Amino acid sequence: MTLPQSEETAVTPAVAAHGRAGLLRRLLRNPVAVTCLVLLALISLASLCAPLLTSQDPAHTSLTESLAPMSGKHPLGGDGVGRDVLARLLYGGRTSLLGALLAVAVAVVIGVPAGLVAGYYRKWFDAVSSWVSNLLMAVPAIIVLLVVMSAVGQNTYLAMAVFGVLMSPGVFRLIRASVISVREELYVDAARVSGLSDARIIRRHILPVVQAPTIIQAAQMLGLGIVIQSGLEFLGLGSATQASWGSMLNDAFANIYNKPELMVWPGVALAVTVAAFGLLGNALRDALDGTATRGRKPRGTTPRKPVAVKHSAPPEATDALLALEGLTVSYPTAEGEKTVVEGVSLTVRRGEVLGLVGESGSGKSQTAFAVLGLLPPEASVSTRQLVFDGTELGNLGRAEMNRYRGRRIAYVPQEPMSNLDPSFRIGAQLVEPVRRHLKLSGAEAKAKTLALLERVGIADPERVFNSYPHQISGGMAQRVLIAGAVSCEPDLLIADEPTTALDVTVQAEVLDLIRSLQRERNMGVILVTHDFGVVADICDRVTVMQTGTVVESAPVRELFAGPRHPYTRMLLASTLEDAEPRSPLSRIVPASIAGVTDPAVITNSVHQEGPA
Amino acid sequence: MIVFLVRRIAAGLVLVLVIATTTFALMGLTGSDPVRQIVGQTATRQQVTAKSAELGLDQPFVVRYGHWLADAVHGNLGSSWFSGESVTTSLENKLPVTLSIVLAALLLSAVLSTVLGVAAAVRRGALDQVVQLLAVLGFAVPSFLVALVFAVVIGVDLGWLPATGYVPFADSASGWLKSITLPALSLSVGAIAATAQQVRGSMVDVLRADYVRTLRSRGISERSLLFRHALRNAAPAALTVLALQFIGLVGGAVVVEKVFGLNGIGSEATSAGSQGDTPVVMGVVVVMVALVVVVNILMDLAYGWLNPKVRVG
Repeated sequence: MTLPQSEETAVTPAVAAHGRAGLLRRLLRNPVAVTCLVLLALISLASLCAPLLTSQDPAHTSLTESLAPMSGKHPLGGDGVGRDVLARLLYGGRTSLLGALLAVAVAVVIGVPAGLVAGYYRKWFDAVSSWVSNLLMAVPAIIVLLVVMSAVGQNTYLAMAVFGVLMSPGVFRLIRASVISVREELYVDAARVSGLSDARIIRRHILPVVQAPTIIQAAQMLGLGIVIQSGLEFLGLGSATQASWGSMLNDAFANIYNKPELMVWPGVALAVTVAAFGLLGNALRDALDGTATRGRKPRGTTPRKPVAVKHSAPPEATDALLALEGLTVSYPTAEGEKTVVEGVSLTVRRGEVLGLVGESGSGKSQTAFAVLGLLPPEASVSTRQLVFDGTELGNLGRAEMNRYRGRRIAYVPQEPMSNLDPSFRIGAQLVEPVRRHLKLSGAEAKAKTLALLERVGIADPERVFNSYPHQISGGMAQRVLIAGAVSCEPDLLIADEPTTALDVTVQAEVLDLIRSLQRERNMGVILVTHDFGVVADICDRVTVMQTGTVVESAPVRELFAGPRHPYTRMLLASTLEDAEPRSPLSRIVPASIAGVTDPAVITNSVHQEGPA
Repeated sequence: MIVFLVRRIAAGLVLVLVIATTTFALMGLTGSDPVRQIVGQTATRQQVTAKSAELGLDQPFVVRYGHWLADAVHGNLGSSWFSGESVTTSLENKLPVTLSIVLAALLLSAVLSTVLGVAAAVRRGALDQVVQLLAVLGFAVPSFLVALVFAVVIGVDLGWLPATGYVPFADSASGWLKSITLPALSLSVGAIAATAQQVRGSMVDVLRADYVRTLRSRGISERSLLFRHALRNAAPAALTVLALQFIGLVGGAVVVEKVFGLNGIGSEATSAGSQGDTPVVMGVVVVMVALVVVVNILMDLAYGWLNPKVRVG
């Protein structure tokens, strides 16, 4: 009996712009929505045509027919005072539907204009109306209705109008939130600058945006209105002469020991109607979401597979810290399995820095996550071998893999701020794995963590230890993440573009830090990057990836001296020209590459959907 | 922190005051004639005037409100026009009943929605479908209908739990628990459905977050990941929904009390409301709104505890 959540249905302008026309069509393709619409149409029709469907008077009492069984005269029997159950059911539908419609109309008539004005003009009206709306939402509706009915008299429609006022904050908040989000959009701004009147802007640009969410909300409010109205009538409040589902339940309750089945008809009518409104609202929302995502669907043609070029013989598998062979990763999409990494092999020796280079979407991050076993559950992964320090990781269970992750193989992410748990102090996040893997006491783990923070160049470790992630800078967060990665002295560090999200001045420092930690601890490192400058700085060997496969693998000097694959040459050329590697590529490379952003689409969506 | 608390309490007091004033105005300014109802249709004009003077109804509205407010601040909510019983005493007797079922329903909602929501988010598949279905049912079936079905099936037909009546905790702890189980359960169905849906949604989002993957990369146990980190981050959104649902629980108690024959504040509200017994209605409204305010402040405190950005910033 609480007002529906409004913010959830607030839409961004992009959503509304995408195709309102398609909304109805989508809705009609959804079997649930169609069922709900048909049911609601039948219920409305039945109550509208009540006089045609029954000749009985719903208010006519007859003591001789009290609790009468089903018969030709009373198809559904009689109630406690001998009124015809069928007639009351049909006429009661009128009361419920009309009452709910009235409530929703009042809520919309108050909520929409107030929301428009508050969201568009803000200022004092916004402050006042928001305060009133919060106030109305904090009061249990049924109590207010009890007071109103006791003060003004027992009139169902009046009560529903008041309930409409009580529901208006839901509409108000929804409209206000939507308007605020559209208001700052460029096209609305442009309209304002070009001198369109506010009324015209609201009519042309803002009303269309809030239409759909208002309809969704209205569907759910209709259900809510029916629920609250029947609740009041069940309590015996409401017009005594008017048939309604709530008063039928009241009568059934009075006869609960004599004829409990009286509850069934109004109960079912009530539940079916409210459920239909609720499901219809959900279906509308889904249809709206569907129009929103349609444009973003990956449109993939399978890319042309480049042919790999080999330099000197690959290192012997025996001295490899990590040997990955034949890695293939694919994701289910609407058009079937989409392969994002195919047949990738690479090796890393102890104390060696391997650069894994490619454009975004080349599958390098997916490869890195596959080694860590951190791909999302929907990914299907296969390898010929994934051997780490003599153990095949591919066969390990989750718990066994957890003994390697963090302890032997560690990970430094790309985006520092989104990779720290916002709800825990930095110290707690760093101490937890140290205690678990190294079996240290709390005090020992804290001491070790503070020393680590100092080692990664944090001036005031004690303060950072006690800070929350939102209290430190991005560069500091990346140092914290590096400290977290090396805290259990891993043998292999996988760093996924560890400097991309940082300021240029901080980038060099962070790279130096990784390099010095790597030397100090003789770690193997896989450095995922798209930047050959970074490769030249700190890598020993390079593996170049394009569209999910390895095209070239060589020691750094050899590769810089004589890149063999055209793609490598292109990447190198673009770096040397000090240009963004992407712009020349899109011109030179066949169109297929442009379509190969799917892995990026997938990882990005995984990356960015943090908690709201 | 203290500033925050003081501001919230002040806002709550303002809310109670505004609602009380509005209610008093509504009850006082409308046309119905409670005195006639009290003394009966056969009473003489003198009797009506005398009763009117006795209740203070011959005084102007503002004066009456001033008296009520002054008394209320001192904890005296007046006495019922019909029974003459002190409103404060009567509410004191009835509050435990309502508090028992409403708080039990809140507890049930919090626990069950977390369990269902987390399970649906983690396991997905069939269990997820069941939770989604429950969410729709919980929205569609009003709590008093659930209460009716529970009362008939579990209370009367199966006879597992009492269908009517309240046993005070002081009399018998197990009797108390039995007497509030069905009311609290039927009251909480809607709140469980709505909150479980929110827990599920937030958990799905949080489990996709970068920091969860990074935590996983450090090899921490799946249990800690799920219950320490993910749930902690999903909780604030769920708590917001639960706080809203609590307002619905208080309202729902009015109807559920009737079904289970509980003599709580809700049934007091119904009877006083239909009689136009202003002092009782005022008392009920003040107590119910105050209950909502107190629980909301507690929820805000929990929210701040869960969300460091709110706490520190």
